[in-house]
Amino acid sequence: MLKFVLAVLSVAVVPVSLGAEELRTQLDDPYDSGMWDYHQIELLGNPKDIRFDDRVIVRAPASAEDAFNVPLMVDATGIDNVEEIIVSVDYGPIPHILTYYPGAAEPKLELRFKIDQATAIRASVRTSSGSWHVGSTRIDAAGGGCAAPAQAYASDDWEDHLGEINGRLWTASGRARLIVDHPMDTGLADGIPVFIIKELHFLNDDGSELAHIDLKEPVNEDPAFTLFFDPDDMPALLHVQGRDNNGNEIAGTLTGEALN
Amino acid sequence: MTPTRRTALGFMAAAAGSVALPGRVFASAKFKYDLQPKPAMSGVWMIEGATDYFSMQNGGAIVNCALLQGETGLILIDTGPSRRYAEELRLSVQALDLRGVSAVVNTHNHPDHYFGNQVFADKPIYGLGEMIELAITHGDSFSNNMYRLLGDWMRGTEPMPPTAALATGEVTIDGRKFLALPLAGHTETDLALLDTETGLLIAGDLAFLDRAPATTNANLETWQAALTELQALNAAAILPGHGPLDRSGASLAQTSAYLSWLETTFTEGANSGLDMVDLMDSPMPAEFAAMGAQPEEFHRSISHLFPDIERRELPRAN
Ligand SMILES: [Zn+2]
Repeated sequence: MLKFVLAVLSVAVVPVSLGAEELRTQLDDPYDSGMWDYHQIELLGNPKDIRFDDRVIVRAPASAEDAFNVPLMVDATGIDNVEEIIVSVDYGPIPHILTYYPGAAEPKLELRFKIDQATAIRASVRTSSGSWHVGSTRIDAAGGGCAAPAQAYASDDWEDHLGEINGRLWTASGRARLIVDHPMDTGLADGIPVFIIKELHFLNDDGSELAHIDLKEPVNEDPAFTLFFDPDDMPALLHVQGRDNNGNEIAGTLTGEALN
Repeated sequence: MTPTRRTALGFMAAAAGSVALPGRVFASAKFKYDLQPKPAMSGVWMIEGATDYFSMQNGGAIVNCALLQGETGLILIDTGPSRRYAEELRLSVQALDLRGVSAVVNTHNHPDHYFGNQVFADKPIYGLGEMIELAITHGDSFSNNMYRLLGDWMRGTEPMPPTAALATGEVTIDGRKFLALPLAGHTETDLALLDTETGLLIAGDLAFLDRAPATTNANLETWQAALTELQALNAAAILPGHGPLDRSGASLAQTSAYLSWLETTFTEGANSGLDMVDLMDSPMPAEFAAMGAQPEEFHRSISHLFPDIERRELPRAN
């Protein structure tokens, strides 16, 4: 983990203009973290049309009680035509947590992630016109969530549960919630290789994709998500399809009240 | 989930919980706790802690300690959060008995209850056997967290597990008779002591009063069973781990009611599709909102308890 931290820190002290690329639009970071400029280039591809935007709501507890399972809510429903939401931390060995493509769902997501240290958290929202809108919050943390091995390894039955999905739909509130059993190992702990779910796709019954999530290493062990739909457009069921980096398939179907 | 996993998460939680930054040392702080032992029952005194969360203002003095007259000195139940605290305590109790503390008992493996032990290293320090094991395993990670939360208040503090395993049932400590009850639920192992002479129940953190119960290492079902056992004792008075002396039994009833409310709130939340951030907005009954350390303890409990409850409630989808 140390080498990741050093890599990030060394970038922090070098002015961005000395890097490979010039920042095309300089923003005034409301959290003044000193790292945002770098992520604007590396994570978002240095877009010109970008601003911090209060309509992108990012909510979390002020401090991380459990560094392995920090809850986060991202809500960009105040913005029209959202195509992509990149969730990231400014400080941590792996800044990128996930990218959400809401598609037919609302641009709103609840998730949990592993935090490594106190940091600003960002949700960078891209619309179909290519403009970026960034929301932020800050979480205090003692650290250690990223490099520590997954807790499931402490028990010996994790393999029996690999890929198990628990969850359901709530049609009245438009919620779809699921928990997928998976160690989500970051590869940062000694002797434990990267082992993560790479993507989760959400399909309706005729097989067309409604939304998908690209997961990165900092997503928590046993990833847990809430997706939101307009209750009037809520599918009667939601197929979940995904795979991890070892080729294990993940598949399940979330159903609503009537179908349970 | 497995006990292994709960334990591991619990201790990460302890290491991550935070409200204050250690860098903020106040110019006026002299790191004095100003401890005042006050009479509780005949031959029994208590040092009452603040009902807040750990802070640079209270230096971690959020815990109740009991002192009971023994044959050769005072029997001290729980030793506070730091070396400074226990040194002050050792001096202040000489006003009660010039011979000072003769024996120490720790109720459970939480740092605010036993991190003063080193000051009494020359006396017998008792704890349940399993608590001693836990203190040996987890002392360092608790210590890191306490230094981070309390900074210079912790100077010189080194966690010292109890040195002698306490028998259970009827026990005699420095000539004084107790009923030692090995219970659990607040942590993996919680000791409650009933003082035979006065009928005072020293409940440790199985009971809280007007201070939100902490659930870092809790098992709600086990905790409720322990409260039922304690209620059956019909003790003359109860010293909760946090909060004022209880002469009516209110601490046991209140702790039980609060734990039930947590269980219900989290179970209903899971069955409504709520996640942890949504639960932070849960409306709290006035009697629980008025407790010390709220809403911090409620927010911490969401992290401690909700993931397992949700995993239990949500149906299989494959
Ligand atoms: Zn405790």
